[in-house]
Amino acid sequence: MTAPRLRARLEGRVGPLPLHIELECGAGPLVVVGPNGAGKTSLLLLLLGALQPERGRIELGERVLFDSASGVDVPLEARELGYVPQHYALFPQLSVRENIEFALTSSGLAGPRAAVQERARAALADLQLEALAGRRAAALSGGEKQRVALARALSVRPRALLLDEPLAAFDIAARRLTRAFLASYLGRLAIPTIIVTHDAADAHALGQQIVVLEAGRSVQSGSWAELAAQPASDFVREFLRV
Amino acid sequence: MIFDPTRSVLPEGTIREGALPAGATREGTAREAANGERATRERALRRRQRFEHGLLGLAAALLFAFMAAPLVGLFTTASWPDFLAGLAHPLVWPALRLSLVTTAASLACVVLLGTPLAWLLARSERGWLRLVETVLQLPIVIPPAVAGIAMLLAFGRRSLLAALYPAGWSITFTTTAVVLAQIFVSAPFFVQAASSAFRRIDPHLILVARSFGASPLRVLWRVALPLAAPGLWAGALLSWARALGEFGATLMFAGNLEGRTQTLPLAIYTALEADLRAAQSLSIVLVLLALVLLVGVRTLLAAFDRVGASR
Repeated sequence: MTAPRLRARLEGRVGPLPLHIELECGAGPLVVVGPNGAGKTSLLLLLLGALQPERGRIELGERVLFDSASGVDVPLEARELGYVPQHYALFPQLSVRENIEFALTSSGLAGPRAAVQERARAALADLQLEALAGRRAAALSGGEKQRVALARALSVRPRALLLDEPLAAFDIAARRLTRAFLASYLGRLAIPTIIVTHDAADAHALGQQIVVLEAGRSVQSGSWAELAAQPASDFVREFLRV
Repeated sequence: MIFDPTRSVLPEGTIREGALPAGATREGTAREAANGERATRERALRRRQRFEHGLLGLAAALLFAFMAAPLVGLFTTASWPDFLAGLAHPLVWPALRLSLVTTAASLACVVLLGTPLAWLLARSERGWLRLVETVLQLPIVIPPAVAGIAMLLAFGRRSLLAALYPAGWSITFTTTAVVLAQIFVSAPFFVQAASSAFRRIDPHLILVARSFGASPLRVLWRVALPLAAPGLWAGALLSWARALGEFGATLMFAGNLEGRTQTLPLAIYTALEADLRAAQSLSIVLVLLALVLLVGVRTLLAAFDRVGASR
């Protein structure tokens, strides 16, 4: 089975920021880098459907999620995209298991109670979270929260995954470990995965493909080696430290 | 932190003074003179600080004493037997019962209808909703008598709605009118507290819930309500306290009929003419109730701040 490709062309403006982004992502991670205020988080919200571009088109495989020309705008609830925001947004009043069961019940895909519980168990097992199942989400460490957020997002079998600064909350030592875990785990996922980061080491470890965003524009894309060979701007050159 | 110049200057000066040899040089005397001058300045500074702190404290104490005096009067001028005798007055129990029944009804309406309204106000940034919010807060600041007139003109015998009433019937001077007046004056307190509690929820939680496919009601019921609960409870208590104390609008719109529209505040007003003790006993009951509600609100809001609504 070949994974669907996520293609997006987004134009217009978000707040004061003019927007001109093109990106394409197959199976595996695509890393979006750029300075603060370049529109990285806005890009994720546009793909997710929380924001609408003035013009553009978003496709996921054969399915058109947004097309300004034909007036298509699939609501956020029906886009089947997994979203993991910067601070993971676990429901703090629920346990780890309840967080995942909430996702499954909301999606309406899992069916009766027993099926929901079974799929929640599988989602927890996939990320070795069984031991944490009964813990309240608010009481988890950063790394645990991240794995729970991933398990929760993946439990409803999204057709693509959006991660916002997945490593920003970690100190340097924990960051290295978590980065290695994410790189190997996300590398095995056979769905388009878009990861936003401002950190070069994260981009290097996680992204087979890198897109550089500056002031709302995608200025360059390619592998780390391609970017290093011909940096398109001062930011790219400094970011890669070549 | 308040900058305290005496602290930063003092150690340096004292150490140098003590370290000075007995046969002081010219430089030494100059230094001593400088130290003496500095000490004088410090004393003047301290005097000034004492004076200004005293001034501020006096103003604060004056207002606090004024605020406390009526409460002290209320509680100290009645003996325990007086209090019990006052409570035995025939006006008391019908009024207490009516107050509890009507405020329960108005609070239920406020919470049931106010929660969706507060959620809507918190979720949308549209400009005209800010106008709606302002209109909703107006009953907090308009005089109760004006509220009473407005209720009469909106729902009374001469209002547009009166055409819909059964012949010969009017809502004025009924228990329903009491409830309506209470809703009008107390709903703003709940809506304001609830919408600010909803606004404090991390918007990412809502986005994530929606990305799973959760419907609007499910997002409200399972995500927003549990997280905003302490703020909603605090708002409900405030709103209830306001409804319990409602006097002016009720008097004008619902009248002062024993057993039908005479709530506790109206009973106090009526009792004042005949039996001060009954008025006083009822007042004490209302103050104690208000105190309990206030402590409840403050506790809930403090808990809410600690949890930080997970933002």
